[in-house]
Amino acid sequence: MFSVLRTIWYVFLHAFQKRITVQYPEQKPYLAPRYRGRIVLSRDPDGGERCVACNLCAVACPVSCIALQATEDENGRRYPDFFRINFSRCIFCGYCEEACPTYAIQLTPDFEMGEFHRKNLVYEKEDLLIDGPGKYPGYNFWRVAGVQIGGKNKGEAAHETPHVDVRSLLP
Amino acid sequence: MTSPYPLLSILGIVIVALTIAASLIYVERRLLALWQDRYGPNRTGPFGLLQVVADAIKIFMKEDWVAPFADKPVFILAPAVIFVTVLMSFAVIPVAPGIIVADLNIGLLFFLAMSSLGVYSVVLAGWSSDNKYALLGGMRAAAQMLSYEVFMGLSLMGVVILAGSFSLPAIVEAQRKAWFVIPQFPGFVLFLIAGLAETRRIPFDLSEAESELVAGYHSEYSGMKFGMFFVGEYMGITLISGMISVLFFGGWLGPVLPGLVWFLIKTFFFISFFILLRAALPRPRFDQLMSWGWKVMLPLALVNLLLAGAAVLLWR
Repeated sequence: MFSVLRTIWYVFLHAFQKRITVQYPEQKPYLAPRYRGRIVLSRDPDGGERCVACNLCAVACPVSCIALQATEDENGRRYPDFFRINFSRCIFCGYCEEACPTYAIQLTPDFEMGEFHRKNLVYEKEDLLIDGPGKYPGYNFWRVAGVQIGGKNKGEAAHETPHVDVRSLLP
Repeated sequence: MTSPYPLLSILGIVIVALTIAASLIYVERRLLALWQDRYGPNRTGPFGLLQVVADAIKIFMKEDWVAPFADKPVFILAPAVIFVTVLMSFAVIPVAPGIIVADLNIGLLFFLAMSSLGVYSVVLAGWSSDNKYALLGGMRAAAQMLSYEVFMGLSLMGVVILAGSFSLPAIVEAQRKAWFVIPQFPGFVLFLIAGLAETRRIPFDLSEAESELVAGYHSEYSGMKFGMFFVGEYMGITLISGMISVLFFGGWLGPVLPGLVWFLIKTFFFISFFILLRAALPRPRFDQLMSWGWKVMLPLALVNLLLAGAAVLLWR
């Protein structure tokens, strides 16, 4: 019986406590830096697309909302011909970001993507690409990958010693 | 003491009662939010006041669907019953000196009779829905309201003994020296609990019990028929709050302010208290409810009645 009265009193005291509601459109909630929101495709520090169209994100996606087509440019560098994310399916699980070997696909702290038409939720590559490197400012996949592409020979990547012609080592 | 303008006070009381009941939807949501550290509806209009209008428009636009398996005439009659009985009870409430629809010399008995008739609404709704959850809700309501009515009447008899009258204006006048809540505090507590059970509010909402019975007796109702149960419940809260302030807190009596304002302040205080109870208390089990009613409240009401009678005999 006493506990009932005490409960009523404690609930009444809540009238004088601060309300925890965030008045959303006027007052934005704090979103953590690692908040998983709108997906973007980032670029290298030198401005090239990071995505190498390896399809790992599309494979990792549990709802199959990523579609892309790989192609190569004249230097032999792979990039996606088209890259499409259907955000009406996306569950923002972040598996694509984890799967990405080049830090190209990243989730950002932004959730304000409401649309009146479902079609508008399908984002093409132009909508996804951002100008900067996103969460990894200094990273350039092609500068650390040991692959030979046009404009970068073997041994020219970062942390690599110059290529040695083994024939020149003959006694 | 009859009203100088009977039609005016009838219209006034009906309109004010309905308006208060409708706006209670907003008040309840805001107050619950306050006690749960939220804001509640605050977007539609200033302070969200137009929420009531929006809700009313929405519920009027809803499809008024009658389940094909329902017992149609009874199904349609049931929501009207609760509306009529509660509104009839408002007839005997003295809002201010002279403002009363019908000053019956047995006003209190009339109120008790009308609130007893209200149970028909719930039982008929549960029965005619032809749905096991609705029927369970209706049966629970019947058992609950019958058992809580017994000591609801008994808890008020102390007041009647002290005032020497069943007429509500006379009861208010008898409280000039001291509000009846002081000599009749047990009666007040008993009536508060019984009133809660009568209006089927949250600690005693076993007939509705969302977590067990879908929505209880009004599971099958939609549109304005559901709205009538809803508004009927809120009118019931207003009625019980008004009765508490009339019977135990001196109705319109109070210094400085006019009687009507005092009555409204007191009534609103108890409405808020009912909402606070909803915010604070869980729903008891059904057997707990019944045994609490019969084994605790009824003996207490009888003892209270005996003591009040003895006291009046000794000191008067």
